[in-house]
Amino acid sequence: MFYIYCPYCKEHREEEEFHPRGQAHLLRPEDPENTSDEEWGDYLFFRDNPRGIHHEMWVHSVGCRKFFNITRNTVTYEILETYPMGEQPTITAETERVRKEQGVQAADGGWQTVGARPENKALNEETSS
Amino acid sequence: MQRYSGFGLVKHAFGHHENWERQWRNPEPKKQYDVIIVGGGGHGLATAYYLAKEFGVKNVAVVEKGWLGGGNTARNTTIVRSNYLWDEAARLYNHSLDLWKGLSQDLNYNVMFSQRGVLNLGHTLQDMRDIQRRVNANRLNGVDSEVVTPQQIKEIEPEIDISNRARYPIMGASWQKSAGVARHDAVAWGFARGADAHGVDLLQNTEVTGFKIRDGKVLGVHTNRGDIEAHTVGCVAAGNSGVLAEMAGIKLPLESHPLQALVSEPLKPILNTVTMSNHVHGYVSQSDKGDLVIGAGIDGYLGYGQRGSYPTIEHTLQAIVEMFPMFSRVRMNRQWGGIVDTCPDACPILSKTKVKGLYFNCGWGTGGFKATPGSGHVFAASLAKGEMHPIAAPFSIDRFHTGALIDEHGAAGVAH
Repeated sequence: MFYIYCPYCKEHREEEEFHPRGQAHLLRPEDPENTSDEEWGDYLFFRDNPRGIHHEMWVHSVGCRKFFNITRNTVTYEILETYPMGEQPTITAETERVRKEQGVQAADGGWQTVGARPENKALNEETSS
Repeated sequence: MQRYSGFGLVKHAFGHHENWERQWRNPEPKKQYDVIIVGGGGHGLATAYYLAKEFGVKNVAVVEKGWLGGGNTARNTTIVRSNYLWDEAARLYNHSLDLWKGLSQDLNYNVMFSQRGVLNLGHTLQDMRDIQRRVNANRLNGVDSEVVTPQQIKEIEPEIDISNRARYPIMGASWQKSAGVARHDAVAWGFARGADAHGVDLLQNTEVTGFKIRDGKVLGVHTNRGDIEAHTVGCVAAGNSGVLAEMAGIKLPLESHPLQALVSEPLKPILNTVTMSNHVHGYVSQSDKGDLVIGAGIDGYLGYGQRGSYPTIEHTLQAIVEMFPMFSRVRMNRQWGGIVDTCPDACPILSKTKVKGLYFNCGWGTGGFKATPGSGHVFAASLAKGEMHPIAAPFSIDRFHTGALIDEHGAAGVAH
């Protein structure tokens, strides 16, 4: 069960209130008339499928109904950060690799995950509800 | 290969069953093979078996990073059916169903294939329209499908609740009588034993770490046990296909999701068939051991951890209790998750790639088990001839750029 921090409601809520909507930061081709079949196919069907850090879009479907992004590890299921639409992730596969090399402990991973990034205190705090 | 028979069983009883031959060898990798299959699950082993037996390619290796049949082959709900909507899919799954019928005899291994029939329930008017459309399409393709009424369902499966008390009352179903279940592990073991008997090397604990590619041609694979050469490599790695493809510089339109299943404590025989419902999202059958085998839908997010989420289990069990209220107090014994490689159109990819000699058989998503023999057979034919088999050809990776998708979300959905 994920325990997800909604960046709009500013609260940790249970997984069932949310819905995953696939890879984040996809851009529709700017000039559809002059887009080749190859580019259309790539845009429509080809997605990142990493073992590790993944940026994905979620919707707080029974809460504020707004879309936002999550950076999550697809193997440990650890949620590293949540951030609103239009923003860029602060944690990527590259920064995560550097962090590991420097021996910095990431947020607690595992099955029962709390949406948190170690750098951000506000996100790390459990809300009493 | 030591042939199994009733007489053999009696003979070995006198020796306290201590002298049975090993089912397959555990050979050292050779330097060079004609064909390498990456992935030792059901589909990979079936491919190797048919390559050696039917297509005369004996110098074959199956490279498996773990143990044989240890992935999704060991983690599915063992359903076999072929009532798919589109011609291409119906041909593929029907080809598989034909092979299932004679598989135990062919392999000299009891895969416990039991044609007990599959019910796909409809709970709304739209469900029933879709069911009618699919049944008609099935019959045109020679699949023995029919529409049944709630009363007929009750005759087939007496414990089901067809009353109006249910939140989503059952309005009818499609019924494929020739569908059924098989023993999943036995399928992997049977194919492994058969392949080994035809000279295939099954290399376990051998992980592919990269491909040797020169001038757009595959020359072999790098593994943790050294390099192995082959000019034809078939990747059949289910959830890990994307990782392999990346090693070869290819992108696949796959997303890996956790899919989970549960089994209950063993019960006396209570279910006659496999009952599935897309609408309330659950399916159930009873194994020969007596436990209820229950399947859930996928978790919506990407995941490689072989476990699923609790809300999905809860949702599935609600559906099962809705269909069979008498199961409300049955206790669950085990729950597990596999990693399924889902395709945008819910159909597999059996395809050549831009790297010459490198083939992929993947994207079976939530329903690959039923296709094990058929997929292995057509993929083996394609590898042997260097040209995709006519049944496999429509499942080319090119369809995601040409737009010729085979949309089986209706026939797939939860119902796998």
